[in-house]
Amino acid sequence: MRFTRTILAASVLALSAVAIAEEMTIVSWGGAYSKSQLKAYHEPWTEKTGIRVINDDSSAEAVAKLRAMNEADNVTWDVVDVVAADAIRLCDEGLALEIDPDKHLAQAPDGTPASKDFGDLLVSPCFIPQIVYSTTFGYRTDMVGDNPPTDICAIFDIDAYPGKRSLEKRPINNMEWALICDGVSKDDLYDVLATEAGQDRALKKLDTIKDHVVWWNAGADTPQLLADGEVVMGSTYNGRLFSVIEEQKQPVAMLWDAQVFDLDGWIIPTGLSEERTQRALDYIYFATDTQRLADQAKYISYGPARNSSAPLVGKHSELNIDMAPHMPTDPDNAKNTILYNYEFWADYRDDIDAKFQAWLAQ
Amino acid sequence: MRTPVFFDDRYPMIATAKHNGILAADGTPLKRSLARALRREKLRALILVMPLLIFVLLTFITPIANMLLRSIDNTIVGDTILYTVSDLNDWNGSDPPLPPENVFRSLYFDLFIAVETKRHTRLGSRLNYEQTGISSLFRRSGRKLDDIGKEIEKTLIASDARWTDGQTWFDLFAARNEGDADPELFDRQFLRIQRLQGELGNIDIDFMPSKSIAKALPLATREYTAWAIHTASIEGEDIAQTRPWESIPVALIYDMQQPDFAIEIKNWLSQSSPHPIEKLSTESIDYPLDFTDILRKIHKDWGDIEVWQTIKVHSNDYTSGYFLNAVDMRKSLDGPTIQPENKRILITLFIRTVQMSLIITLACILLGYPVAWLMANLPMRTANLLIILVLLPFWTSLLVRTSAWKVMLQQQGVINETLVWLGVVATDNRLEIINNQIGTIVAMTHILLPFMILPMYSVMQTISPSYVRAAKSLGANDWTAFLRVYFPQSIPGIGAGSILVFILSIGYYITPEIVGGTDGVFISNRIAYHISRSLNWGLAAALGTILLMVVLVLYWTYDRIVGIDNVKLG
Repeated sequence: MRFTRTILAASVLALSAVAIAEEMTIVSWGGAYSKSQLKAYHEPWTEKTGIRVINDDSSAEAVAKLRAMNEADNVTWDVVDVVAADAIRLCDEGLALEIDPDKHLAQAPDGTPASKDFGDLLVSPCFIPQIVYSTTFGYRTDMVGDNPPTDICAIFDIDAYPGKRSLEKRPINNMEWALICDGVSKDDLYDVLATEAGQDRALKKLDTIKDHVVWWNAGADTPQLLADGEVVMGSTYNGRLFSVIEEQKQPVAMLWDAQVFDLDGWIIPTGLSEERTQRALDYIYFATDTQRLADQAKYISYGPARNSSAPLVGKHSELNIDMAPHMPTDPDNAKNTILYNYEFWADYRDDIDAKFQAWLAQ
Repeated sequence: MRTPVFFDDRYPMIATAKHNGILAADGTPLKRSLARALRREKLRALILVMPLLIFVLLTFITPIANMLLRSIDNTIVGDTILYTVSDLNDWNGSDPPLPPENVFRSLYFDLFIAVETKRHTRLGSRLNYEQTGISSLFRRSGRKLDDIGKEIEKTLIASDARWTDGQTWFDLFAARNEGDADPELFDRQFLRIQRLQGELGNIDIDFMPSKSIAKALPLATREYTAWAIHTASIEGEDIAQTRPWESIPVALIYDMQQPDFAIEIKNWLSQSSPHPIEKLSTESIDYPLDFTDILRKIHKDWGDIEVWQTIKVHSNDYTSGYFLNAVDMRKSLDGPTIQPENKRILITLFIRTVQMSLIITLACILLGYPVAWLMANLPMRTANLLIILVLLPFWTSLLVRTSAWKVMLQQQGVINETLVWLGVVATDNRLEIINNQIGTIVAMTHILLPFMILPMYSVMQTISPSYVRAAKSLGANDWTAFLRVYFPQSIPGIGAGSILVFILSIGYYITPEIVGGTDGVFISNRIAYHISRSLNWGLAAALGTILLMVVLVLYWTYDRIVGIDNVKLG
């Protein structure tokens, strides 16, 4: 009898604990990136509010899943981390909430309103930028001899840099690099790429190295291929390369030339209850203030999206090295950059991807 | 000798059954009683399987059917630009080189509602699958659509400040009494909004359009009614207190420019209290409203005949377009046409998927048969150990197993290193056995092997060793005894294993994605791409349906040739 009573009491206690401990589901990319968010945002947030954060590593399929959730009328996510292109799509489809930056986001410490502090990075009314990252190249220092590459076109130079290269299995970025190395100026890039002849030209340029390419799907592929010496150079996100170089101490170096800037940030799904929306907004307000964004750079080498955060970027939490020179936005690294063209790819993605895949299958 | 029961007078009821069938103990006819008992039995059985049945229906069959239906569903076009689609029917797609003005006018108002309900970019993405550029055409048009309305609004307000009031608009369009109400117009607009927004349910909307004003201002009344239904049901606002969208002033001016307006508005005014519309002089409404021009100024692509042809071709509620796309064709004005060569890929992938699945199945048979034979012929204890070894991979994650193959097969991997060390291959000429078809075949054969071995093993276990012994005692050598006695008896196991492996491999996508490179990927990789990245769910559904059909046809062929009765799982 006493035993059953103990069990009853325990379960009542457990139940009430569940009722008290609030939870919210935050969706992100997983791996080192989620860990940096856990340290910089989630842990202080839980400490402050008592709301537990559940991580869901589904950002890669966020648009498809949100669309499905919306159709089923059961949105289970509270805040979602997506790249800007996906945020624009979600906003377009009415799946993401529109935000008023000056109302919903914190001011900079000096009182600059959020809309100015984020500036041009607010590429969609639904998108709250978090980091600037870049897709760029890393190369094996021990495989390039005395002639380390400094120019993006090294990827097309099989004679000077024999060996395989790893490129992402999609047209975005690859087409741009191919055209640049085929002599198209950066200003004309998308005018050329919009034409059938321009697309053929880019594919023709890629044809010259097709037999020497390992195509990747996941951001972790290139670091592995570089570490194993499978490829001499390869493209991936700059944060991944940072961890190969500085954390794993592999003989790899960065080739920053013609890196493609892109943004990653938060959206809040539509279709949440008022209470959950408010909680998500509170989280966003907290997690995107100047200090918090600068804190994230302690754990991963992506540039904070606020102007006011840049001077606060300090040292890596474990390696104790200065993070500023590893940021894609650092002036030394950002001498020649391309900005991801959201508008262009929204239109041309379906078409060029079909051609690109057909070209790959040839 | 026993007398038949019928004539035994100890069973009077059965005896009487001569006339109305056999009766049971309680007097009801036996047939009915039996049926009842059986029915109860069946019902009990049904209740027992019911949870599973409901579960399967809800979580498996319904979603799959729903997904497959998307391969023909094209209602999004008609739902979003209802009037445009119906007006486009009168245009033959080539002559005149642009649709007539009324199509542009319908599009303006359809698009306006679509923008307000955030449906226009969804339609843009849908049509962008067919023609590049339509996505941004819709998105950009959406941003500029209200410019002209704002100008007209200013003119109205300049003539009378009361136009800023929601009440002024409400008084103009709302029915004054029961007889003046136009419930038909209301219902049509209700359906229109419902097609855009989904079920609206039972909501109380405090507005009914007026029949008499609909005569004077047909377009404006229609658009105002649609606005009112949207505002009351979705936004939950008080219509009479809210200023309508900028499209309604545009519609108002358009209606006022029509020849019938002057007479009809006099009728309306004669029964109405004074309204600011009286003050609108003919000069103030002399606004050039050429919708063709307006839209072409908003975006030049509205003057592009190809855009209109795309909309027209893809305007039906149900379409064969996705299925055509799935076999490298596309729907056009002249019927199905083949895709340009540089976009053809899907048929290649279908053929490759089937070919490679066959190779993988064959490899599994060749590798699995000896193992299964060994297991069936070893003593129990040793055989059990072997079974555990066969099952071991099942307890490891698929991803881990596939990644392990990467370590094995890559150019700096275990196999190549060993070969170089042995001096079989030169270090600068290492074998390429991953990121191509070989990689996919090797890794998938390994992963699917247990599905081949287990059915084979369970069939072989039942083959009695005495048959082979008998054959040998009759003079057959080992080979003949195996080939003519043992092997034929093991075929059902091969059949079962092959079907399992083939059907599993035809839908595989994780392994080909990781080790397949460019020429080792399957059609499922494209399906996954269209589901999660391009969001072209219609095409993904069409590809999936075709894949399902291919499997069913092959299954049917198999049944005709080998016979499905010859398949045994144990």
